[in-house]
Amino acid sequence: MSLTLGHFLSLGAILFALSVVGIFLNRKNLIVLLMAIELMLLAVNMNFVAFAHYLGDLNGQLFVFFILTVAAAESAIGLAILVLLFRNKSSINVDELNMLKG
Amino acid sequence: MSTNLSACTLLAVPLAPLAGSALAGILGTHFGGNLIGRRCSHVATILGVLVAFILSALTFQSVAFEGARFNETIYEWMVVGGLKMEIGFMIDGLTAMMMCVVTFVSLMVHLYTIGYMHEDEGYNRFFSYISLFTFSMLMLVMSNNLLQLFFGWEAVGLVSYLLIGFWFNKPTAIFANMKAFLVNRVGDFGFILGIGLLAAYTGSLNYTEIFAKAPELAKIEFPWYIFGQDAMLVTVIGICLFIGAMGKSAQFPLHVWLPDSMEGPTPISALIHAATMVTAGIFMVSRMSPIYELSDTALNFIMVIGSITALFMGFLGIIQNDIKRVVAYSTLSQLGYMTVALGASAYSVAVFHLMTHAFFKALLFLAAGSVIMGLHHNQDIRWMGGVRKYMPITWLTSLLGTLALIGTPLFSGFYSKDSIIEAVEFSHLPAAHFAHFAVMAGVFVTSFYSFRLYFLVFHGKERYDQNPDAHHGHHDDHHDDHHAAHDDHGHHGDGKPHESPWVVTVPLMLLAIPSVLIGYFTIEPMLFGDFLKDAITINAELHPAVETLAEEFHGPVAMAEHALTSLPFLLALGGAVTAWYMYLINPAVPAFFARVLRPLIVILENKYFMDWINENILAKTARGLGLGLWKGGDRGIIEGAVVNLSWKIVGAVAGVVRRFQTGYLYHYAFVMIAGVLAFMTYFVWLAK
Repeated sequence: MSLTLGHFLSLGAILFALSVVGIFLNRKNLIVLLMAIELMLLAVNMNFVAFAHYLGDLNGQLFVFFILTVAAAESAIGLAILVLLFRNKSSINVDELNMLKG
Repeated sequence: MSTNLSACTLLAVPLAPLAGSALAGILGTHFGGNLIGRRCSHVATILGVLVAFILSALTFQSVAFEGARFNETIYEWMVVGGLKMEIGFMIDGLTAMMMCVVTFVSLMVHLYTIGYMHEDEGYNRFFSYISLFTFSMLMLVMSNNLLQLFFGWEAVGLVSYLLIGFWFNKPTAIFANMKAFLVNRVGDFGFILGIGLLAAYTGSLNYTEIFAKAPELAKIEFPWYIFGQDAMLVTVIGICLFIGAMGKSAQFPLHVWLPDSMEGPTPISALIHAATMVTAGIFMVSRMSPIYELSDTALNFIMVIGSITALFMGFLGIIQNDIKRVVAYSTLSQLGYMTVALGASAYSVAVFHLMTHAFFKALLFLAAGSVIMGLHHNQDIRWMGGVRKYMPITWLTSLLGTLALIGTPLFSGFYSKDSIIEAVEFSHLPAAHFAHFAVMAGVFVTSFYSFRLYFLVFHGKERYDQNPDAHHGHHDDHHDDHHAAHDDHGHHGDGKPHESPWVVTVPLMLLAIPSVLIGYFTIEPMLFGDFLKDAITINAELHPAVETLAEEFHGPVAMAEHALTSLPFLLALGGAVTAWYMYLINPAVPAFFARVLRPLIVILENKYFMDWINENILAKTARGLGLGLWKGGDRGIIEGAVVNLSWKIVGAVAGVVRRFQTGYLYHYAFVMIAGVLAFMTYFVWLAK
């Protein structure tokens, strides 16, 4: 049995679903939330690479580099916010962070 | 056009008083740090007005004897949609005459003020104001377009407001200046409507351009019905403009502000409220004569208003006891005469009366002021009498002014007033019959109140010590703290009158000269010569008054001789004799009349209840309307329904929507992902 595009797309979908579940179920730790978002991006990357390979178009792989760069920057900002948040609230518990409540 | 009048010279005429005014007003007051003193202020302003007078006199000479004319735009302010707004001068006979009258009377009043106001704290401010007035009035009369006319019109109104309320600690003065301002607003509203109509239909504000289009205007019908009737455009324009003149020239029913304006210092009563500003309306109508000639309706309206003012305001002069108010009602009545002349299309006669009246009425006012000073700021003629022997110069000049006012043959007022009466007689308009009766009866009334005033002040027993409220009356509230000082320095403090200083008497004498002579010398060129020919247009076929007048005229001496046997002279003589009998020989007669004609006297004392109507009906309605608009419109609709309701709606919606904002990150994430899924579902399966 050889690997087909369907396998890779399934893997991406599974990763994406996992990260969504991670976001919903996680009530304790903001870092887990960030990781789940990273995982979501990786799932998308997986799809890009898979499509690029099977459709013979390198543009998809090129995109992955950009997404990785942006993801790195984004997580750097996320972590910085996290550090500040902890400094101010002495907590990174997601359940306690509802300052945006209207 | 301009043979030897230069724009620079003309520009200097209004600007010289403005410079003086700025100097005295900015440097001489607290505003600029009191840098210059009283002497410097009055020297600066008098020099400014003197320059203006000399240049005006030179201009007059060129215009009158060399036929010089000037009509150019000096400065273009802006062009809005083809409508040019400019500053320019138009110099012809009418303007040159007005310039001379304004600057001469103003110069006299400046001189007089040195004496009259020398105790007042607002000395520099006063000089600044009257110079500013001279500037504004000159801008008004010299203008070659309606916009500049309107500027001058409003500026003189402003200065009038400032000067009526000159003693701003006095509640009556503040009431009077507010009244003058509000009543003038009513007039100005009509005036600006008239200007707007002219601008809309001719596309220009320039006199020459407007008059060039007058024949076309005459054919246009006004697009709306007025009181359910068709109206011609020129009629509407004429009446709108005349409403402005009614405000400024204090014609019935917008006359109510003028008697109250006597709260101001006497010099401005002479300058602004007798000689110059109040004649601006007469000047304006004369200037717009090409428009008025096209509408008999407007002329009839003018004549009726003028005759009501001429007669009924004269009656009020009879029962007044305040020396200035008697003269003020006399001014109203004389303005009515001028207006009647305008209505009879005898514009040149109106302007002629304007000129003679400016001299003798300024003289009478200044003389009244001199009497007030001599009697230590008592203005009530019941407590005067016998002033003649204490104030000989004031007495003599007042007598000359009074004789001029009642129209004694050979005096200036005779020529102008008799010309008005005859012009009305020759007018073919329907209103002329009523007007003729009114001006005839007015002669008797004028003579009666003038001589009543004259006899009560200058003749008879001395009644200074009978004044129950001497030195405490409401007239001299503002002067109470000066009084001690005033009576101390050399007036013996015995309440006896004293002749005024030379700065007061010299203007009186200088004004007495034209009051007596000017009519004799100018009637021929002004009424029947070429002097005003190009400034005033008369349709001689329809309105032959002046033409007939010219046919009947055989020189000033013949006119005076003829008048000796005519009705106006007999009426004037009758008025004078009646006054003499009632107030000098048999003082019981006025008391008898006061008892018998009680209801009539009550009506007169209440000034035909005009103030009552204004305050209780017009002002109350306006206040009620304002209250309704405030409570209903502003508080109800704008504040309640628009402003407050909108924020309440937003608040209510936000109150519901805010529940969606839980603040938990995973809720937001869930919404985002659910959204993504929804879109994907839509695009992938449903939107095929």
